Amino acid sequence: MSLVSIRDVRKSFGTNEVLKGVSLDIAKGDVVAIIGRSGSGKSTLLRCINGLETYQSGSIVADGIEVAGAATNLRELRRHVGMVFQQFNLFPHLTAAENVMLAPTVVNKVSKAEARATAAEVLAKVGLSEKMDAYPSELSGGQQQRVAIARSLAMRPKVLLCDEITSALDPELVNEVLRVVEQLAREGMTLILVTHEMRFARDVGTKLVFMHHGKVHEEGVPKEVFAAPRTPELQQFVGQVG
Amino acid sequence: MLQFSFWDILSNLLIATQWTIVLSLIAFFCGGIVGLILLFMRTSKIAALEWFTKIYIEFFQGTPLLMQLFLFFFGIALFGFEVSPWAAATLALTFWTSAFLTEIWRGCVEAIPKGQWEASSSLALSYIEQMRYVILPQASRIAVAPTVGFSVQVIKGTALASIIGFVELTKAGTMLNNATFRPFLVYSLVALIYFCLCFPLSWWAKKIEGRLNVAR
Repeated sequence: MSLVSIRDVRKSFGTNEVLKGVSLDIAKGDVVAIIGRSGSGKSTLLRCINGLETYQSGSIVADGIEVAGAATNLRELRRHVGMVFQQFNLFPHLTAAENVMLAPTVVNKVSKAEARATAAEVLAKVGLSEKMDAYPSELSGGQQQRVAIARSLAMRPKVLLCDEITSALDPELVNEVLRVVEQLAREGMTLILVTHEMRFARDVGTKLVFMHHGKVHEEGVPKEVFAAPRTPELQQFVGQVG
Repeated sequence: MLQFSFWDILSNLLIATQWTIVLSLIAFFCGGIVGLILLFMRTSKIAALEWFTKIYIEFFQGTPLLMQLFLFFFGIALFGFEVSPWAAATLALTFWTSAFLTEIWRGCVEAIPKGQWEASSSLALSYIEQMRYVILPQASRIAVAPTVGFSVQVIKGTALASIIGFVELTKAGTMLNNATFRPFLVYSLVALIYFCLCFPLSWWAKKIEGRLNVAR
């Protein structure tokens, strides 16, 4: 059974239809790289999965919960579906550790001491043990993004959604973030990444999804798809970015 | 006939000033609490609550404070309740203050980047939890300067309570003028006392505003 199941999802902003019937199945342990031109609907699709965007028709079931159901408890869904953003979105008034501890203490009612232990563990995992008490403004972009990843991990998500998480970083900081994501992939975390890092998508991804004009235009095993793109659109896209 | 020396006038004004301060503090404190509740309603994205606060704010911002004082003082009496000038002034000033504070604070909440809402939503925080732990701690820093600045308006607003018979600084000035026939002296002192109350606040507001700008 798939962990995330997307069936014929359609979404419009006003008269502009950005998702034109997208279907996708994601199994536990999959590392799905979604690529495509800007405006192809890939970020919108990702944001629909945890309910940050609504959709007009179709269905998304994540971890057994229908995202847009009338009685859906989005809070319950989001406890198991983490998200990391392009702009990090750390809470600037809290230290790295406090950023990580917030959701476990507030949402899961975990004790401060236990949350701090979890924070130490996940911050160590992203290589920032010594930055626990630093404020976001004292950290580099790469470090901030790693704290953001740790913040999501502290909730022990079953799926982690990554929305162009290296796009706002200086080139020399990209790799430290990708290494963390690669390690998560190796540990079996289910990841759905919207990304422009083609090499990363090919080497780490278990599944590649090429979106074009609001549809899944091509999908398959990354190495095969990159080696022999079937559609002219993907050939052209790979030629431009690869 | 009773003679009033300069010191008699000043000391009587200063005694009345206490009531101006007390009324200002109560209006500001109660208005702040009501304003905070309204702020949660106004930014809740629940249509009915947002509409209610919009109408509430439009009413109290769009009508003179004096009319509101009359409505509370004479209006409630029509329903058979005895309303003291104290109660009427407190109620009217509380509602009036809350309307303005809600709008000031809403601006501060909206100044917080959308990403903060999205990140905290994605971490499964509820709306109230988002406000309490993520949005308000940041918004309150921006809010301090305009809030302190507005407190000056509250102090000056209390002068209107004199018209429904509440004896504060302005009312005391009027009474002393009637007794001494020295309007220039009396009202100069009244103005000076108001200035001494308000100037430190606006000076402080300017100062914190400047400090926050440097920090950014």
